[in-house]
Amino acid sequence: MKIRVERDVLAEAVAWAARSLPARPPVPVLAGLLLKAEDGQLSLSGFDYEVSARVAVEAEVDEEGTVLVSGRLLADISRALPNRPVEISTDGVRVSVVCGSSRFTLHTLPVEEYPALPAMPVASGTVPGEVFAAAASQVAIAAGRDDTLPVLTGVRIEIEGDTVTLAATDRYRFAVREFLWKPEQADISAVALVPAKTLQDTAKSLTSGDTVSIALAGSGAGEGLIGFEGAGRRTTTRLLEGDLPKYRTLFPTEFASVAVIETAPFVEAVKRVALVAERNTPVRLSFEQGVLTLEAGSSDDAQAVERVDAKLEGDDISIAFNPTFLLDGLSAIDSPAAQLSFTTSTKPALLSGRAAVDAEADEAYKYLIMPVRLSG
Amino acid sequence: MDAFFAAVEQASKPSLRGKPVVVGGLGPRGVVATASYEARVHGVHSAMAMAHARRLCPNAAYLVPRFGIYRRISDIVMALLAEVSPLIEPLSLDEAFVDLEAGDLAGDPRAVAERLRADIRAATGLTASVGLAGSKLLAKIASEQAKPDGLVVVEPGTERALLDPLPVRTLWGVGPATAEHLRRAGILTVAEIAQAGEPELVRLLGKAHGSSLHAMAAGLDNRPVVADRDVKSISVEDTFDTDLTDRARVRFEIDRLADRCAQRLRGAGRSGRTVVVKIRRYDFSTLTRSETLRAPTDDPAVVKETARRLAEAVDTTGGVRLLGVGVSGLADFTQEDLFAQAAQSLREADPGAGQGGGSGPQAPQELPVAPPPEPERAERWLPGQDVAHTEYGAGWVQGSGVGRVTVRFEVPADREPGRVRTFAVDDPALSRAEPPALTGPPAPAGRP
Repeated sequence: MKIRVERDVLAEAVAWAARSLPARPPVPVLAGLLLKAEDGQLSLSGFDYEVSARVAVEAEVDEEGTVLVSGRLLADISRALPNRPVEISTDGVRVSVVCGSSRFTLHTLPVEEYPALPAMPVASGTVPGEVFAAAASQVAIAAGRDDTLPVLTGVRIEIEGDTVTLAATDRYRFAVREFLWKPEQADISAVALVPAKTLQDTAKSLTSGDTVSIALAGSGAGEGLIGFEGAGRRTTTRLLEGDLPKYRTLFPTEFASVAVIETAPFVEAVKRVALVAERNTPVRLSFEQGVLTLEAGSSDDAQAVERVDAKLEGDDISIAFNPTFLLDGLSAIDSPAAQLSFTTSTKPALLSGRAAVDAEADEAYKYLIMPVRLSG
Repeated sequence: MDAFFAAVEQASKPSLRGKPVVVGGLGPRGVVATASYEARVHGVHSAMAMAHARRLCPNAAYLVPRFGIYRRISDIVMALLAEVSPLIEPLSLDEAFVDLEAGDLAGDPRAVAERLRADIRAATGLTASVGLAGSKLLAKIASEQAKPDGLVVVEPGTERALLDPLPVRTLWGVGPATAEHLRRAGILTVAEIAQAGEPELVRLLGKAHGSSLHAMAAGLDNRPVVADRDVKSISVEDTFDTDLTDRARVRFEIDRLADRCAQRLRGAGRSGRTVVVKIRRYDFSTLTRSETLRAPTDDPAVVKETARRLAEAVDTTGGVRLLGVGVSGLADFTQEDLFAQAAQSLREADPGAGQGGGSGPQAPQELPVAPPPEPERAERWLPGQDVAHTEYGAGWVQGSGVGRVTVRFEVPADREPGRVRTFAVDDPALSRAEPPALTGPPAPAGRP
């Protein structure tokens, strides 16, 4: 193999493909990045049995070929190279990387022992990259992080015709986001549970292209996988087994009161009073007509109180939340105004965004948050 | 209080006065809680296996504890202590530190102590012992020496004389392991600890333990009397008469314990973050497994589910002797759980469905949650239990077996032992009763 490629192009591609490389590979070859040169293209792939990543970039191919090298090392090297064209060539069991006046010689790993990458499932539809990335991060924030209940570490992707619904929960909050996409078949219907962290990272890394195509294998080739492709990058991820509990009934539909607060001052106030809320002790919110009072801390310790303007329809309500959960939701709605709907102080509250204080609530994203009950 | 549980039993059962009485768990794996002084003569002491006690003293009366009445009497005694000083630190039902300095009682502490002992005797009919000293440690040692029914005052300057001859185990923080360490170094008494010097002890036992032990041996103990010591955890446990080998039974018992634990947690108005499961297996190997939730809970369903999950992960195939469920990391607020709440409201809407409380999205496949066949509990009547008979009045169960139950009809006020009668265990005239008050009307007598 002998190729020439631009340094920036190489560095970006290597960094992306090396993302999925395992820190402690179960077999040594999985620490490798597979470089394949053919038809004026260099493709790089990495795989850890869960996630596969493959990216193709333009390159001057003098001699076609395939080689497997340590991904970490290649990523470190290509990041540090001067901004000159990079020449990669094989010489027996060695690979040399030459750029300007620097020259690296790397050992290769046995290509024949490298597992075959899972086949990309057939594309099911496309969605603008930005929309997808925003939705994924809005929902992934509510996913669980500990492995005691693996299903809760996933984001549920439900596809129903031209609507995609993402949902995740850690049992204390529940985030749901709907968006439209262009399905290949108009009557498509599918459900998948994708590890939240992977989904969020993947969606973010695919924003450089206009659209992302999502490929969900029904059955046959690529079963149990979901594939994403955009801007020359494609990645597959193994799905989690199981499904989230049915959630539509968890979302209350009738409320005793609805409060609307400007998001930015609200977030600032929560952050300030939360300074005295040690170890996730709750922040207490009291809504009255026109004003929201936030309190945290106890009389044994430091205490904080702050008031912000709020519009309230319905009954006055006092309710307490874990400040982290509340702030997560407020940042996820990504709107100038926040709408909080309550039934009682022990039942879940529904958070959604509004484009302005007197605009309609944006129904596409909902963040359900469980309150904290204070004893005594 | 002297031999508290046994003394209460003797006070409420005239026939037992002056006789050996042992209170504790009566099952094959029971442990002695308290032995009366008459039983102690035979070598019976608390924390001894009940079977061992029965061999040492076969003629004693073996009774189950009646915590209800102990607590009532304890409340009376603690109220008397509170009159002496507002600053009291209860150690258990029958023991408390009182900081006399915090009280406004002028005069000789010795007189205060004697009056207190007399008051307790008048209010409960039971004897109490008092140790009076400058520190908690010495007061406790003095009270041990005062028993039964005595008062020991450690005058300033005589602390050393009291402590020196005592074995090292007397000091707080010296258990079997530390005692063994010290023994190897030739240190057997408190005096030897004091003589060894602090550097030597620090070398033997480490910085914190060594220096605190040295100070204690020198009679220095400035720990304050603290009322309302903060509870750190709440737990319940059960030892089983026969080892549990059936997984479904283990799960059932875990559920039951988790429920009880959550009830106690709620009763105390607390919540906790860490659920702990304790499992003692057939060979006495004891494992604890814990899981810290992201937020505190007092929800029985969450405690149950977590406890179950923890218990599932332990190999219990050889048999389980003891199970315990506890909650620590206590807080006074509870993060509501979406699924537990939804499961709860579902249960309320349709009580038949969703029994068992498996609320998680992946609650393991429900096994039968109904109690698996359990060996028939023959002893519906437990020795010591209070009963009432429609004809003969109040009495207590002396023993039960082969379908019969023997009851002695007597009340605390009787001077002579009452009559014994035997009934069929299912005699409709016989029913459980509340323990009778020890001294006339239950209200603590208003003192002149």
